[in-house]
Amino acid sequence: MLRLDYDLYQALRAHGEETYPNECCGVLLGKHEPGIGNHVQQIVRAGNTRTDSAHNRYHIAPVELIRIQRQARSQSLDIVGFYHSHPDHPAQWSQTDFAEAHWLGCSYVITSVEHGKAVLTNSFQLLGTSEEDKRFHDESIEINLAATTAQTQEGQA
Amino acid sequence: MKIHIPTPLRTYTGGLETVSVSGATVHGALVQLTTTYPELKANLFNADGKLRSFVNVYLNEDDIRYLPEKEAAPTQDSDELTIIPSIAGGCCCL
Ligand SMILES: [Zn+2]
Repeated sequence: MLRLDYDLYQALRAHGEETYPNECCGVLLGKHEPGIGNHVQQIVRAGNTRTDSAHNRYHIAPVELIRIQRQARSQSLDIVGFYHSHPDHPAQWSQTDFAEAHWLGCSYVITSVEHGKAVLTNSFQLLGTSEEDKRFHDESIEINLAATTAQTQEGQA
Repeated sequence: MKIHIPTPLRTYTGGLETVSVSGATVHGALVQLTTTYPELKANLFNADGKLRSFVNVYLNEDDIRYLPEKEAAPTQDSDELTIIPSIAGGCCCL
């Protein structure tokens, strides 16, 4: 299970709407809770380096990842997952997503963005112990609404 | 010197994010790391002993693949090595 507050959930979906028709991508920081799943406490937007085919590909520069990992470390958080959008494609992982997923234990969140509007958001945890036995597992997303109602209202005021 | 371990590989370092090793080169540091934590080896290197293609190793801010000496690059105690698997994907087959 992936747990996150409503404002973070909205923020990662909004990112996909902003970059439409291109793919957005970002990193989920938080903690892995054994037996429960990944708990996201912060999201960090990343630049998509695939300017050649940004509508159907994403790639985060390792240097940017190192910077994000350093930021996580300074806040005693870990990289627990990644998110990206699928412009005008379903919120399901593709063969490319699977082939290029290497962070075992991490959550890969995908949002479908249709005609510029975020539709579905799904999360897949990469399970296994190595490249050879890795697999994506559908995981539920638990959104904490209570913690962020105030912030949402503030945003609208 | 310090080696930073990415989340998925901490299973093999007893949960440690940062491991301290000595080693005069990048290669030496990686050898010491995998000697201390042997289970890391298969995750970092392929059967030929080469770094797996999706495993990036950075010496401070530099990808070791682009250093003139590559893995033989000399290191100092104040250097930091970061192991960072790549992040990429896409929505449709090409
Ligand atoms: Zn994708």
